[in-house]
Amino acid sequence: MAQAATDLIDESTADAVDEDLVEDVLVEEVSIDGMCGVY
Amino acid sequence: MTVTTMPLVEQFQFGLDAPICLTWELTYACNLSCVHCLSSSGRRDPRELSTAECKGVINELERMQVFYVNIGGGEPTVRSDFWELVDYATEHHVGVKFSTNGIKISPEVARRLAGSDYVDVQISLDGATAEVNDAVRGQGSYDTALRAMQNLADAGFTGFKISVVMTRQNVDQLDAFKAIADRFNAQLRITRLRPSGRGADVWDELHPTAAQQRVLYDWLVVHGEGVLTGDSFFHLAAFGDALPGLNLCGAGRVVCLIDPVGDVYACPFAIHDTFLAGNVRSPGGFQQVWQHSELFTELRRPQTGGACHSCSAFDSCRGGCMAAKFFTGLPLDGPDPECVKGHGELALARIASGAAPKPSLDHSHRGKSERRPIALTLGRNAGGNRAPVSACNENPLANFASVAGAN
Amino acid sequence: MSTNQPTPTFDLDGRWTLHEQVSIRPERFGALLYHFGTRRLSFLKSPTLLAVVQSLDSQPTAREACLSAGVPSAELPSYRTALAALAASNTICERGS
Repeated sequence: MAQAATDLIDESTADAVDEDLVEDVLVEEVSIDGMCGVY
Repeated sequence: MTVTTMPLVEQFQFGLDAPICLTWELTYACNLSCVHCLSSSGRRDPRELSTAECKGVINELERMQVFYVNIGGGEPTVRSDFWELVDYATEHHVGVKFSTNGIKISPEVARRLAGSDYVDVQISLDGATAEVNDAVRGQGSYDTALRAMQNLADAGFTGFKISVVMTRQNVDQLDAFKAIADRFNAQLRITRLRPSGRGADVWDELHPTAAQQRVLYDWLVVHGEGVLTGDSFFHLAAFGDALPGLNLCGAGRVVCLIDPVGDVYACPFAIHDTFLAGNVRSPGGFQQVWQHSELFTELRRPQTGGACHSCSAFDSCRGGCMAAKFFTGLPLDGPDPECVKGHGELALARIASGAAPKPSLDHSHRGKSERRPIALTLGRNAGGNRAPVSACNENPLANFASVAGAN
Repeated sequence: MSTNQPTPTFDLDGRWTLHEQVSIRPERFGALLYHFGTRRLSFLKSPTLLAVVQSLDSQPTAREACLSAGVPSAELPSYRTALAALAASNTICERGS
């Protein structure tokens, strides 16, 4: 449990760092499959 | 210098000008009586949209530039105008993905479908064997589904979907499901059971146990490449790495349901007055409802997460599934009933039996008991010595205890 | 997203066009794109990028599509990266090949 929480913190820190170093990404691919739709 | 770009998840939370994944249930009629049917289907509703009204909806979808519509029911192919509507949609730049139990997918129909880029097919299957499948979907339904799959494969339709609702009875068949999909050159899709429609009646005995959720999650991490999930397992993201997809509830923001009588609900699993946004027959039609209904406007306000907000897993699971909470009687600003941290289990224990809301509509077949699947039997557990937990058992750890004894 | 800029193999001076199976829907913060062939959904997070993509067909080169859409030259690398991503997913493809 503690490990999972640490992982989450590390991940969000890493994301923050990424955002500082890289320009905003203008294209994002979305992985969507029904978005909880049935089909 | 650069444009500020909000993460996609946040953009979607505020809603879009048109839904991305619109589900349209064409009819409540169905040749089957699956025990867990989210729309309690079986009998046609006399108020169902006419062919002309359906075409009117399609015209609206074209204007709104909806990319594709997910058509289901009930069993959509039992509508006599089904193929006419499919053709009309594709001619009007709206792709069609439809879900079926396979009853009408003859070799000829399969050939027609194989010839169209803008129509996709999804066959429902809830067991890798007839024994497991038919216990939920009715005698003969396994054979019907497999026959449809064979016809599609023979017609050269590769990549059609096989959609499975994960239950306590079929979690141990994950590899077998994958094998079936591979055999027919189809794509496997596994989705979450919700306590919606008739699902509420069988939820206690059919929803995966806590241990099985972990098995499911682990399986997806290892084998999930190329397996679709309907974006329905984001509540499992709290186990560790998020599964691919948008991990949030899209109800009223990215998705919604149009039901056979034109009612618009936030989500196909939430057919209840609480989640009814309007009706396509009203002035302004579907577009008016999608863009301006009170319910959807409310859902598009920033959600704080309520009681879940302080949990370390909240960023991953986003509080889980709204419909699952609603139909188990849980508050919407609290944990999902299947919260992997166990918060939901504890919350459920405090709910008086019978307190959960009932679905608003019931189109189930009446009285024809030979149509109904055989009462669910025990004993598909791999260990063979796991007694089912009684629905009356109030111990919130009941499921944990019973699983601990099995291999 | 990776911290390394992938070496852009995207040819800004090439002639590009939107893939015929791609449908675009403008949204308030950019656009949604759906590719009926690959069944993939992408999101353009800038209205300017949308304008670039929509004008690819009518402009001689991608570079000119960017300029005519008002992309400042300082931002061209970002747009080139974005176009490279769209090319990689077959959303846009080279004309006349």
